[in-house]
Amino acid sequence: PGARIREGDCAVLKRGEVFKAVPVLRRRKIIFEKQWFYLDNAIGHIYGTTFEVTNGGNLQPKQDVEETTTETKEAGTDNRNIVDDGKSQKLTHDDIKALKDKGIKGQEIVQQLIENSTTFRDKTEFAQDKYIKKKKKKYEAVITIVKPSTRILSTMYYAREPGKINHLRYDTLAQMLTLGNIHAGNKVIVMETCAGLLLGAVMERMGGYGSIIQMYPGGGPVRAATSCFGFPKPYFDNLHEFPLSKVQSLLSGTFSTETLPSDPEDNALVEEESNGLTEEKQTSLQETEEEPTTEAPMEINQSEEQETMDINAEDVEFKENKEKENKENVREKQMKQWERRKKLTETAALLREKNADGLIVASKFHPTPLLLSLLEFVAPSRPFVVYCQYKEPLLECYTKLRERGGVINLKLSETWLRNYQVLPDRSHPKLTMSGGGGYLLSGITVVLDKGKSDSSGLEALKMEEPSPKRCKVQDLHC
Amino acid sequence: MSFIEYGDTIKDGDTAIVFLGHESMFPVKVQHGTVTQTKYGVIRHSTDLIGKKYGSKVTCSKGGWVFILHPTPELWTMNLPHRTQILYSTDISIITMMLELKPGSIVCTGSGSLSHALIRTVAPTGHLYTVEFHQQRAEKAREEFREHGVDHLVTVTNQDVCKNGFGVSNIADAVFLDIPSPWEAIGHAKSALKTEGGRICSFSPCIEQVQRTCLAMEEYGFTEIKTLEILLRVYNVRTISLQIPDLGKAAEDNSGTGFDSSNPSNQGSPGANLQQGTVQFKSGVPLREMVGHTGYLTFATKS
Repeated sequence: PGARIREGDCAVLKRGEVFKAVPVLRRRKIIFEKQWFYLDNAIGHIYGTTFEVTNGGNLQPKQDVEETTTETKEAGTDNRNIVDDGKSQKLTHDDIKALKDKGIKGQEIVQQLIENSTTFRDKTEFAQDKYIKKKKKKYEAVITIVKPSTRILSTMYYAREPGKINHLRYDTLAQMLTLGNIHAGNKVIVMETCAGLLLGAVMERMGGYGSIIQMYPGGGPVRAATSCFGFPKPYFDNLHEFPLSKVQSLLSGTFSTETLPSDPEDNALVEEESNGLTEEKQTSLQETEEEPTTEAPMEINQSEEQETMDINAEDVEFKENKEKENKENVREKQMKQWERRKKLTETAALLREKNADGLIVASKFHPTPLLLSLLEFVAPSRPFVVYCQYKEPLLECYTKLRERGGVINLKLSETWLRNYQVLPDRSHPKLTMSGGGGYLLSGITVVLDKGKSDSSGLEALKMEEPSPKRCKVQDLHC
Repeated sequence: MSFIEYGDTIKDGDTAIVFLGHESMFPVKVQHGTVTQTKYGVIRHSTDLIGKKYGSKVTCSKGGWVFILHPTPELWTMNLPHRTQILYSTDISIITMMLELKPGSIVCTGSGSLSHALIRTVAPTGHLYTVEFHQQRAEKAREEFREHGVDHLVTVTNQDVCKNGFGVSNIADAVFLDIPSPWEAIGHAKSALKTEGGRICSFSPCIEQVQRTCLAMEEYGFTEIKTLEILLRVYNVRTISLQIPDLGKAAEDNSGTGFDSSNPSNQGSPGANLQQGTVQFKSGVPLREMVGHTGYLTFATKS
């Protein structure tokens, strides 16, 4: 049984090759492909249903009407006598508008256009086909509502907002998921600035199994695209995040949970090492530990608001209540901070294990520093793949990785993608194609030989030289 | 270890990948007491492999060394004994994404060419139904899946997919066809697929096959029919030195203008000369020859 469209979902509208992600909310006006409508009537239908937009701006499931193609169509043999003077269509813009206003269906409008075209029956069959397709595309406003998936969202983002995803073309994304051996049960490190699209794709392929650590720049990870996927809540239980700004301290062993990047207003409780708590912190922690469940969850605003609020000095009771509210505010804030720090400490511990099953990177940043640092957290004999919109940074990255050692099977690649029109006697590649979809550098980690400085040079030489001879294998048991 | 789950150390009975260097690797079945010959010498399984961490460097008897890697479907694809025409990871990647495969998916295929990759993707809750025309190959496939610890995720049926279909109805999320006459199996594919939203993919080397398949898909009411092809371009990272041509001097005994390598102010500039008269730079050099065609991929949705 197909999944049904529910209120609160993120759904994707599709018309031909055009996609748009929208939240399914009642009485919310949606504009898509020069049409506006409400989604209310779509709720409850199965994903994949095709709708028509009624005059009132409502959606109505499209009835499958049989094409009237049984009549033998009159057609010409070539266009030698067809003059393109722009006058062959007898219906004017106003005529067509009148038809639309009358509520005449798109199919009927197309029929009218055909009947009122002086040159239609002189066109070849192929030209007639092309004409009908073109008019249908313009006047038959059908919209399909589809369930989001990596396929759909990656295609949508690449077409609509490629800048948000660093021009990561969908086939390149597909390669990353396979090169990275992303599958259920992994422990993956993801670093992306693609609005959360890569993260969503990874989560989809892991199906809620395993764990993901998302490294993020600045104050917090952007997960706009991730929410479009509509993953069930349990998927997020094993999704962790860690700030890039703490990576160096984690690697050098000086990590502490002092001042999180996202705490602008807080007075940071100064801590020593995360495993050595001061007495102060201990008591305040205890306090918050005891209280959380007994406190009634309140709609709490920023602490600044309370200071500017008018307090009637004569109303003592009111004042008392306000004080209580202040205290609760502060406690809740402390609790949230404590929660965040706890999570951060846990994630740091996960990273410190240095046993991640893979690393996948797609960001606007130069890839080299990211790779050199994040690879430290990956176990040996595991894949890594880094995307860059440009080739040159990956050349440098390749070189630096060779110098570092501990990686093999380095490969710099890109994929070439071409779409085809397939019709009887009219099959050929489509007229336009993407000029580039970005580049990938992939490889496999191995145990890092920190001892011998010679070996890295030897390794580099060995790995870079193509070895033309295959080895003799005598004992294959497979 | 298994193809669907990572393990840390090499165990007796594992399938491991021996990596010798650039584009040179092969699979081995790890077994107590066995040895494996390589061009760098002998690898003794009991002492060199079992108990070692995957990713370790192993020194062979002649002194050269290799790396032992954990198997993955991608490495397996590059190295497996070729029984049938196989699909490479580039095509497999886009097929996986376009068919929307993920853990829990039910997939049907008409050949074994990408079984490992599919099983890896749908594990642990999905299932692969693969139909093999050739009885011997079907048996070998079943054996291989058992050996690799994935037989609970796959069912191999020995029949002609064009005549008898996949052996299941209305449950598949996706169907993959990699057979000579896919148009003959479209009807069967449709009945194997779930009622709404199932995806189909057909892989064919010839455009004529594609044309017939697209027509069949249309006839059977499939929508969103799309055909594409994908090719992999690999670049070798190389440091290149180009010579500067001798254009002579403007006049006798002049220190010269322009790109003069003997001019001290040119030293240490980007593209620094290692020897007189050359410029060095790093380049991503394409291969001399590349794969120009594997097959056309046609995707569609059952509506």
